[in-house]
Amino acid sequence: MFGFISRRIAMALVVMFVVALISFLLFRFVGDPVNQMVGIETTPEQREALRQRLGLNDPVLVQFFRYVLGAIQFDFGNSYQFKQPVADLIGRRLPATLELSFASAIFALLLGIPMGVYTGLNRDSWLSKMFLSVSLVGISLPTFFIGILFIFFFSVTLQWLPSFGRGEVVALGSFWDTGFLTISGLKAIILPAITLGLYQMTLIMRLIRAEMLEVMRTDHIKFARARGLPNRSVYYIHALKNTMVPVITITGLQLGSIIAFAIITETVFQWPGMGILFLQAVQNVDIPIMAAYLLLTAFIFVFINLIVDILYVVIDPRLRTERGRA
Amino acid sequence: MTDNTPTVSGSEASEAPRSAMARFLDSDLLHSFLSSKVTVLAAFTTVVLMLAALFAPLIAPFNPFDLAQISILDARIPPIGMEWSDSRYLLGTDDQGRDLLSGILYGMRISLAVGFLSVAFAAVLGISLGLISGYVGGRTDAIIMRIAEVQLTFPAILLALLIDGIANGIFGNIDRETWAIWILTFSIGLSFWVQYARTVRGSTLVEKNKEYVQAARVIGIPAWIIMIRHVLPNVLGPVLVIATINLALAIITEATLSFLGVGVPSTQPSLGTLIRIGNDFLFSGEWWIAIFPGLALAILVLAVNLLGDWLRDALNPKLR
Amino acid sequence: MRLKIASAALAMTLAAGTQVNAETLKFAFQGTYNQLDPYSLNETFTMAMHGNVYEGLVRRTADLQIEPALAESWEVIEPTRWRFHLRKGVKFHNGNDFNADDVVFSANRVRAEGSDLTTRIAADVKVEKVDDYTVDFVLTGVNPILHSEWSTWYIMDKEWTEANNAVKVTSASDTNPNYASLNTNGTGPFKIATHEPGVKTTFTVNDGWWDQKVHNLTGVEFTPIGSDATRVAALLSGELDMAFPIPVQDIKRVDSNAGTSALTGPELRTIFLGFDQKRDELTYSNIKGKNPFKDVRVRKAFYQAIDVDAIKAKIMRGLSEPAALMISPFLFANSGDFSRYPYDPAAAKALLAEAGYADGFEVGMDCPNDRYVNDEAICQATAAFLARVGIKVNLNAQPKAKYFAKILASGGFDTSFYMLGWTPGSFDSYNVLLNLNNCRDDKGAGGPFNLGGYCNPRVDELTKMVLSENDEEKRNSMISEAYTILNNEVSHIPLHQQGLAWGVSDKVTLKQRADNEFHFKFVVKN
Repeated sequence: MFGFISRRIAMALVVMFVVALISFLLFRFVGDPVNQMVGIETTPEQREALRQRLGLNDPVLVQFFRYVLGAIQFDFGNSYQFKQPVADLIGRRLPATLELSFASAIFALLLGIPMGVYTGLNRDSWLSKMFLSVSLVGISLPTFFIGILFIFFFSVTLQWLPSFGRGEVVALGSFWDTGFLTISGLKAIILPAITLGLYQMTLIMRLIRAEMLEVMRTDHIKFARARGLPNRSVYYIHALKNTMVPVITITGLQLGSIIAFAIITETVFQWPGMGILFLQAVQNVDIPIMAAYLLLTAFIFVFINLIVDILYVVIDPRLRTERGRA
Repeated sequence: MTDNTPTVSGSEASEAPRSAMARFLDSDLLHSFLSSKVTVLAAFTTVVLMLAALFAPLIAPFNPFDLAQISILDARIPPIGMEWSDSRYLLGTDDQGRDLLSGILYGMRISLAVGFLSVAFAAVLGISLGLISGYVGGRTDAIIMRIAEVQLTFPAILLALLIDGIANGIFGNIDRETWAIWILTFSIGLSFWVQYARTVRGSTLVEKNKEYVQAARVIGIPAWIIMIRHVLPNVLGPVLVIATINLALAIITEATLSFLGVGVPSTQPSLGTLIRIGNDFLFSGEWWIAIFPGLALAILVLAVNLLGDWLRDALNPKLR
Repeated sequence: MRLKIASAALAMTLAAGTQVNAETLKFAFQGTYNQLDPYSLNETFTMAMHGNVYEGLVRRTADLQIEPALAESWEVIEPTRWRFHLRKGVKFHNGNDFNADDVVFSANRVRAEGSDLTTRIAADVKVEKVDDYTVDFVLTGVNPILHSEWSTWYIMDKEWTEANNAVKVTSASDTNPNYASLNTNGTGPFKIATHEPGVKTTFTVNDGWWDQKVHNLTGVEFTPIGSDATRVAALLSGELDMAFPIPVQDIKRVDSNAGTSALTGPELRTIFLGFDQKRDELTYSNIKGKNPFKDVRVRKAFYQAIDVDAIKAKIMRGLSEPAALMISPFLFANSGDFSRYPYDPAAAKALLAEAGYADGFEVGMDCPNDRYVNDEAICQATAAFLARVGIKVNLNAQPKAKYFAKILASGGFDTSFYMLGWTPGSFDSYNVLLNLNNCRDDKGAGGPFNLGGYCNPRVDELTKMVLSENDEEKRNSMISEAYTILNNEVSHIPLHQQGLAWGVSDKVTLKQRADNEFHFKFVVKN
């Protein structure tokens, strides 16, 4: 058991190292950061001196190891645009993105699960077909377009909800600013959360539906029915319980795509999170931010994967040898 | 060797592939297709749109990619039926004076091309790696699955942003029109292969311990032939389902990337690029520039998704 | 630092709950306001934001005339000695007195290593303190436009800067941002209360400001909103008092919306196209072994093939002024003597045929897609116009970071045909002639932004004469001669001066400056 976990952790570290290497190498090609740092009238000589001071003229390997050494100590360098430590910047933006992701996940689960159960149980009902089709529309339009349409209707035309930002935030301690405690903060999160959550909602609904359809045919549900348990308790206690394991797994693994899609949602709604920070960094060739962002998302992903793997083994010892080999 | 393999393995392995093929052409499948009006409609729509895209040069009133045919003086003409409309432009024109109907037909061609190519790329890569991973096992399997894990940490959008950045660095000297589509295809495809690999690997693990495969191995049939002949047909069903859903996802991803500024060049717009351009004119009352391409995209993706849905249910033996 | 921002934000939240924030100006801009050191980045928006907090010896009025600010008056006591008399009784935000030491200190700091504003004062200018409120600038040659860029040379407090170890300018490469890039201490009408780059910056009023205040604000809240649609939506829905820039297509909507209107005006920036005239073979073309742009007939054919009036009507929606010169007519007195070559595709075709390109040729074009008003759309339209005279343009439109990295000196002037915009920082033709039209070498020395490498020795000669000529009329005729040469030789294709478009709520009145700088001190909110 201990051997397995330490082996998995070693694997996770290797993955992180590879991600670090890849992202670092990629950024060598993205563009010239010096151009972004200086005004248009700076002479070529001054630019060259700047490159020298930034260490951009060193061999790529030297730059990479300098970077990894720093990253291990949570030092990702300073942002070229903001002239502030990247770790601080990301730390300050993290709450906004996490709150948005959380709200969108809640939205996706609260709507996705009941709709999934319903469509799974009433496969051929008229309402099921409507749920399925309507939810498909949600993934048939690009996120940015849905966001703009939302703003058009709910902010400009109806003036119900704000079109940008987080509203008022309240500081919880020194690390977390939350928008959940003010009216304006809650209003501000509705549109972005729905925009971001639509896709996940559709996914969860369809997953639950498929699982329900399968579980309903398994023997123990048939037995439960045969034993005369009332339908409702069969559906909700036995069937739903059996669908939850894959749902939780997939939802966890979808985190990566939530974070990626947050880039677009945050851009459309000017949500001051990590996604918009990353996109600005890409446009301005702010390499330290880009690299740190990639490392962070990779870390979150690998970490969740690791937990899931370990949980599997804890829950089901039979998997030990099989997964241990894999 | 190639002479006697079919006869030897053919008789031994017949049940596996035949059952898969049989499942495919089973009258149940056909029946389930015909009994669902929504599916028939979706299939019909998909076929019509694909044909329209394929034959765009014959159908479209203009060639929107030929700059000499575009006049800026015709910019932003509303669709037929509105004031100031022009009988030449059924759906109106965009901000450059491009006929929107032609733009949509040609744009769909590009969107579908990116979609199909990236799905094909992902499928070929994923299936090969999945087969190898499952069949060879051991260290190879571990390495491939580890790569898959690294891959999963880069969602399609991130990946495309990165690859576009590199491509700019490398091909910056060649004009963008020539490589943009290939880069998009490559980066979207690259982010999809893991799903195929995992599915195929799973089936391969199950299949490779079956007697007929063991038998084929014993008589010395090369591994790759065993895999292609006996394992592949069994995974075609799930692969087809993934491919359909990925096709829809690829088209949407291309549109999204265009919004982020790494799509195809605006002189040869895809559906997504048309929407991105039209986005800027939503508030100014020129809604048709975004809405018509948006509708076309939604209908296309919806139809493909519905087909995928039906296919998934129909090919799932547990549900029949 | 972190704690301070959090508690300040909390204080803001509480304050907002109790007081009527009718006098808080909320506005948004397309880009971000990053670091606060006034010498770190020479970029219009950043400099304008600094200008609400810091002040220079001189400043520009709403219609861009130079007027006294921290200097009450100045005189040229010898041709090469300028004397500035400083305003007495001015205090920095921290209570320190403003005096000659601060000016000498700031003059040294703005020219120090790491500064992005080294051109504000030439390196060989000596700055001498005469007494506490008098400073002399001793030049090595005559320069009638010495102070023309000083409205954005902001004076810093010597004591404050030294006490906080911020004497060294926070340059792009500094690993440790210094105090001055995170904090401010100016003499201006506003103070920065909270600053979270890329998210929000809030300002409070400096009650001790030396000048008569026109505004009635109690605070300012700035949010960067990159997405055009979102920025316009936030203005239309009343969440903002002011937003800029407004995309030209949305001006009508902003005007027709109840409660908002668009404030438009001419900008000083000139948008133009340039050709590679230096290489012997174009990098991006199907013509091998020669460079068609070396032939003035080809350049003129391109010029006449493009219909700027159609671009104005359809892309700019009337909000642009077709340009005959590389400088705004507001900045050059003799502009009226010049006019554009007429749009004439037939003549363009004839010129191409005459030059030996009857069947046209292919050329790659570089264009930004997030820098100027409708830049990509203009380039696309240009490509379409040129297609009609047989030129096939392969358009490469990119975000500005990648675009500038490619076409500027640092990218080796890697372009054959490009679009660029230019506002002379000094509001004067000398800047245009030198930067855009003087002969350059491969590294850019000579004419650093003459990307195409146009070269005419007479233009260089005139440029030097213009610099040291004190007589206005003589100077203008020299400039005219230079522009006439540029026009005859089609060194570039000037397209237009783009328009400014600010979206303003009916609740506020303000003044729009043609250099696109937004100053809160002109804002009245009711």
